Amino acid sequence: MMDLYESQRAMRNMRRAAMQRGVVAILDVGSSKIACLVLRFDNAERVTTGDGVGSLAGQAGFRVIGAATTRSRGVRFGEVEAMQEAEKAIRTAIQAAQKMAKVRVDHVIACFSGAGPRSYGLAGEVELSGQMVTEQDVSRVLAACDVPDFGGGREVIHAQPVNFALDHRSGLSDPRGQMGNRLATDMHMLTVDAAAVQNLVHCIHRCDLELAGIASSAYVTGIASLVEDEQELGAACIDMGGGATGISIFMKKHMIYADAVRMGGDHVTGDISMALQIPHANAERLKTFYGGVIATGMDDREQIEIGGETGDWEHDRRTVTRAELIGVMRPRVEEILEEVRYRLDAAGFDHLPSQQIVLTGGASQIPGLDGLASRILGQQVRLGRPLRVHGLPQAATGPGFASAVGMCLFAAHPQDEWWDFDLPHDRYPARSLKRAVRWFKENW
Amino acid sequence: MAQLTRPVRHDPAPSLWAYRLERLMLTPAVRFFLRAGVPFLITLGATSAYLGDQDRRDQVLLTIHELRDKFEMRPEFMVKLMAVEGASANVESDIREVAQLDFPMTSFDIDLDTLQQTILELPAVKDVSLFIRAGNILQINVIERQPVVLWRSRDGLDLVDREGVVVGGVSTRATREDLPLIAGDGARDAVPEALRILSAAAPLKDRVRGLVRVGERRWDLVLDRGQRVLLPVAKPVQALERVIALDEAQQLFARDLSSVDMRLAARPTIRMNQDAVAHWWLSKDMLVEAGQ
Repeated sequence: MMDLYESQRAMRNMRRAAMQRGVVAILDVGSSKIACLVLRFDNAERVTTGDGVGSLAGQAGFRVIGAATTRSRGVRFGEVEAMQEAEKAIRTAIQAAQKMAKVRVDHVIACFSGAGPRSYGLAGEVELSGQMVTEQDVSRVLAACDVPDFGGGREVIHAQPVNFALDHRSGLSDPRGQMGNRLATDMHMLTVDAAAVQNLVHCIHRCDLELAGIASSAYVTGIASLVEDEQELGAACIDMGGGATGISIFMKKHMIYADAVRMGGDHVTGDISMALQIPHANAERLKTFYGGVIATGMDDREQIEIGGETGDWEHDRRTVTRAELIGVMRPRVEEILEEVRYRLDAAGFDHLPSQQIVLTGGASQIPGLDGLASRILGQQVRLGRPLRVHGLPQAATGPGFASAVGMCLFAAHPQDEWWDFDLPHDRYPARSLKRAVRWFKENW
Repeated sequence: MAQLTRPVRHDPAPSLWAYRLERLMLTPAVRFFLRAGVPFLITLGATSAYLGDQDRRDQVLLTIHELRDKFEMRPEFMVKLMAVEGASANVESDIREVAQLDFPMTSFDIDLDTLQQTILELPAVKDVSLFIRAGNILQINVIERQPVVLWRSRDGLDLVDREGVVVGGVSTRATREDLPLIAGDGARDAVPEALRILSAAAPLKDRVRGLVRVGERRWDLVLDRGQRVLLPVAKPVQALERVIALDEAQQLFARDLSSVDMRLAARPTIRMNQDAVAHWWLSKDMLVEAGQ
């Protein structure tokens, strides 16, 4: 745990350095596309407000000055699969964004959707040292959380305190300065496969970039596409990407659960490709132009040329009706949504007071998806689009860019994580100079 | 059927070195160096390479000089003659001598400040202003020093102006009969006082020979027949006026006395000539005899 604390703190320092320089890149490593945004922070307008969302929905003070998307290579299920290919794709995206921004970026904040995220709820309780809750007490209670055995080869990427309770009062967002005897906290911890993170970090380092932060795609998508009251009252965000579908549940402006289904839009394309025996690119084209999930009588009559490049004229001139295409796509979309339903049920989503579900991500653009989803997931389903941020090109405002936009917000105003608090005294090495300095600071 | 001949798919990813080069080019310091540093270095290099050769350098300098000369020698800038105003003939010739300008010459070569200093060094010149007036004439306006007294020193006779500056010399007293004569060490430094005394001595004008500075502090008025008036250091004019009043009442200077000493205002003294008393007794005796 100590090791993780140090590495995450190092990333936070890197982020601070990037803020000081004023330019930071956002990298969304997806299975079907890699998006890169370059943000400029103007230091004069750094507004820090107490609660999560400040003026202009927390997006004052930065501006997107460069944006680029490239077809993803070497990434499957939201994980780096072929290192060289992924590195080339990242390089392409970064270079194009740099070119548009006309500035060199050295710090990058990355997100990915795969690597098998697992959520843990942690609870900690501690007796206060004095009457009033101090920063040290918060650190102590966070350190007192009993960390479950999440297994070797996994790494924590988010550990956010979501709730504080002081004696019998619960639901405090900031207990500092309040009177009480016992301080308890609930913490949400998200672990991912360490090897996947290592691979991504290695790719980014090979592009001569420094990693200033790493986030789960499910989390940042939720930040971008849930509106404020949905985040407050409780909602689930389903990020339907190319290779993986991320699920994040928000409550009281904190993420309390995250998971991912290793299926996405690429699988739908694969099904079309297999069923109609056409190349992958043609299948993708058919899906985006004619795809759907609910067939009508009209669709039986609409003939689609499916093309092909085998050289066999008969084979390449086949046509299908749109109803047939929908018949291929629908089972796979249903399967994904069923899986999502299953994960939500496992998480106990039906016990939440508000059961709003927001569909976003590139694959959520299938026509009729909201109708299908409301049958499977429940009545309160809507399609989500990311927030507007300054300077974002029109091409990058679609639901496919929800995680990229969410990362902008995450970069500008990161939520407090466990490693943003100082270590409690007793965790310092016994003969540390820092400890002596701290003792002087507190006694004079 | 274009799909039959499958084109080689172009890889959009930049190579690692292309990527690094582009990042380098986007670095602000490098951009600044390329925008400002490189043109500067190229200019510097080209110039120093061209001027590295002595012959070329000489050539360039020669060309510059030629162009400059050509411009300066244009008739608009040529000064053809010098006009001196307000100076007497010999002062003017002195000025022409010290100026050492051989006309026609270009006005760029005339250093008016130095020329003014040079002319001001002439003793006879009090002030001078120079300018090149329309028609390309070097105009020199001179204010001459006006000699007011003649000063006899061991070296001869000099003309001295009101400020005590020697303006020139004369060979004989007769050449400047109109100027009064002063003599003695330090006489030059008190010319205004001398002039005041001399103007007060106007009633005796026919008899005044001159003034002698004594001990660099007071004046003696010298009359003909060797008579002297010894004036005090303070208020010499008043003392002289007293003597003149005495003279008008008693014909003091008509008598046979050698000097009137006014140095102590409370006790004026006269000194008779050596034989005057004897003569006086003699003539008195003669009068007595005649009377009897």
